[in-house]
Amino acid sequence: MSIVAYLVAYTAIVVFLGAVFARIMAYKRLPQHVRWELYPVAHEAKRAEWGGGYLEEVDWWKKKREVSLFGEMKVMIPEILLLKGVWEHNKSLWWVSFPFHFGLYVLAGFAGLLIFGAILHAAGISMFPGAGGTAGLMIAVTSIVGPVGFVLCAVGALGLGLRRLTNIELRNYSSVGHYFNLALFLVTVSVALYTWRTVDPEFHTMRGFVYSLLTFKFIKFESSLFATQMILIFVLLAYIPLTHMSHFFMKYFLWHDIRWGDEPNIDNPETNRRIGEALGQPVSWAAEHIHADGKKNWVEVASYNPMRPDGSEPE
Amino acid sequence: MSNKFVRITDISKDTPQLAHVDNADLMPLPIDVEEPAWGEISEATREDFACILDDTAILPIPKPKTPAEQKAFVEKFLSGMEKLFTAENNWTFLAQLVTTMDHCAKCNTCSQACHIYEASGENEMYRPTYRTEVFRRIYKKHIKGEMWSDWRNGKIDLTWQAVARLGELAYRCNLCRRCAQTCPIGADNGLVAREIRKIFSQEMGITTPELHKNGSMLQLKSGSSTNMNSLVVKDNMEFIDEDISEITGYEYETPWDVEGAEILLIHNAGEILAWPDNVGAFGIILEAAKKAGIIRSWTLSSDLAAYDSINYGVFYDDVQYARTALLHANAAKKLNVDKIVLGECGHAHKALTVIADRVLPQELLTPRESCFPLLREIVMSGKIDFDPSRNDFPVTIHDPCNVTRLMGIIKPQRDIVKKLCPQFREMVPHGVHNYCCGGGSGFAIMTRNNIPDWRHKVAGRKKLTQILDAFGDCRGPETPKYVCAPCSNCKGQIRDIFDRYEMKEKESLIYSGLVELIVNAMTEVKEGFIKWEDEF
Repeated sequence: MSIVAYLVAYTAIVVFLGAVFARIMAYKRLPQHVRWELYPVAHEAKRAEWGGGYLEEVDWWKKKREVSLFGEMKVMIPEILLLKGVWEHNKSLWWVSFPFHFGLYVLAGFAGLLIFGAILHAAGISMFPGAGGTAGLMIAVTSIVGPVGFVLCAVGALGLGLRRLTNIELRNYSSVGHYFNLALFLVTVSVALYTWRTVDPEFHTMRGFVYSLLTFKFIKFESSLFATQMILIFVLLAYIPLTHMSHFFMKYFLWHDIRWGDEPNIDNPETNRRIGEALGQPVSWAAEHIHADGKKNWVEVASYNPMRPDGSEPE
Repeated sequence: MSNKFVRITDISKDTPQLAHVDNADLMPLPIDVEEPAWGEISEATREDFACILDDTAILPIPKPKTPAEQKAFVEKFLSGMEKLFTAENNWTFLAQLVTTMDHCAKCNTCSQACHIYEASGENEMYRPTYRTEVFRRIYKKHIKGEMWSDWRNGKIDLTWQAVARLGELAYRCNLCRRCAQTCPIGADNGLVAREIRKIFSQEMGITTPELHKNGSMLQLKSGSSTNMNSLVVKDNMEFIDEDISEITGYEYETPWDVEGAEILLIHNAGEILAWPDNVGAFGIILEAAKKAGIIRSWTLSSDLAAYDSINYGVFYDDVQYARTALLHANAAKKLNVDKIVLGECGHAHKALTVIADRVLPQELLTPRESCFPLLREIVMSGKIDFDPSRNDFPVTIHDPCNVTRLMGIIKPQRDIVKKLCPQFREMVPHGVHNYCCGGGSGFAIMTRNNIPDWRHKVAGRKKLTQILDAFGDCRGPETPKYVCAPCSNCKGQIRDIFDRYEMKEKESLIYSGLVELIVNAMTEVKEGFIKWEDEF
């Protein structure tokens, strides 16, 4: 069982990183899209306060654009950490969506603490129960953060599942896949909670498992419950970026590249190269007015006037 | 009887109509009014076209009658859908579309942002996610070919009814993108409506006559969707120049085809026919600005399509969009102007200023800007005298979505009305969070069948409520009130909802643009440019 858990863990890490990388690359490989920004654009410094942008200026192309990273952070941090948008527009869902998502952030922190602890251990600092100083503090914090994350996530997953089941409007849009995803979360964090309560109250075994993964010094653990817990956690880790839940990192592109993508095309050779590349592609739309044949490119099709094919002016 | 709740899978069923919007379910208006029943759609129309969605018919989809026709109809749609997800055919919007398909959490957070969904009494078919969900399930199953798609994404039967209803549903959205503004992830259901319209137009050749045959095609043929060629438009403008000069006592003449001018002004040509005061007001303001040394020179162009800023392709067809944008850009290049300034037309603003930015080749990218910052500069310059007491009546601003939410131009028009209109008040909400007038995406020019019923009592309902609420302190016919709607499309819609609900008679409400308020306050101009008496 221990070997299986290690194998699953390594495989899951590879799948997770590979899937994240593949998703990002697939997005990056998409052609240059047109501007489709939606205001308020958070990096518009002062103007963001009223939802305005640089197009409010006369001769805007002659003026220096002010882009505020602080403005973006001011919007993104409450949006990501507190789900501000859901709070404002869908409050009843927020009560279950927030614990779920915040629980995941807490668990990400928990994973960070475990990794840090394992690194300290590898550096010769004892991370065994009863350790003092930094190690002792780390153990104490980890022991609190882990269960809090598991509980929040379990409450959220259960709440989201029940809401999808009981609210007819949400049920209409929910597939078996939705329920499976939420059930997978619920089962995983429930098993983790049970394991913490019964087998690994200070996460010493879990930290040892992480230590083994990092150092390739594998230790056999006795508890099949613990092994089951680790298998579930890593299966879930691999599964997330394969589904729509990949929005946890793809959101960056949806917001920064599309919603806030207001970069004007001024002296931008790379953008113009990509536009040129796009315009050179063949068009095969079949409607008669398009006059495409699968060979003519966008420049040729757009330059053609179907109502004045000879290029004449109206009388 | 209403059937507000419909399942996703209901869209595929062989039923006469997916759902009905009952008057009793409509969001209440702050006026006492009895809504008439839905106008009838003629038997001939029902016989020839697929009128199977709701109580109206906007997209004339030829009804496939035999099983072979039905199969071909579905296959044609799928062929278009496949192209929509290729880089060659849809490089313009592929990134936005794919991310919306893949990352929506189906949380329905966007629903309450939609004025159509709210005004209909939350009819399920109008929920912003409804059409997207149907579209997504078809995409995942039939285009992407995902394994266990029914299980992962939900079931959908790809019948001809589902395709026809999806096409119609794409025309139950104003493309205002207020829903997208609220999405925690960044998905865009407004975009999906537009992409579905593209499949129907670009692949299946199914379009609304107002946007296509009598819209973008007519513009490509004669130069304007009004069918005015350059000679006619010049004649009309000459008449407006004379008329407005006489009325205002301010002599001016619209300059045409001035090479090397600072500004190429492009109006929505509909203004010339429907609201000549608007183009006249622009003429006076720009001439005054020229005399005051605020601008160097301005001109209109008589080149094909260059005197009509409309670009209906932005509502339904990327190729038609690109063709029109190219004509506008070529005219500016030919005259070698410093910049293009868009008149009071929301979609033209968005089409040429923002979208064209990554469509046109660099050599055609003459700088483009909105008229509102320029008007603010002129009004705030201190070089032209204004008397705000001439505008001492209640005024509110309607924000065109394309100018505000989609371009972030919020403050210039407010700075102007705050300076010139002592009784200005905001709608709630306003600016970047405004509501669409209900005529957005082309509906304002549609009068076929019983389309006005839908765009007035459903799509325009929220805006009418907002307007009346903004004038809550001066309701009734005693106080004349002014809705500043600086967009041709919005004006058309507001004109029609005012007519339908007798707002002139009951509330003394008139609507017009921003430039009319500016000229009305200019001391160089005779008093009374805004003619209330003509409106009543």
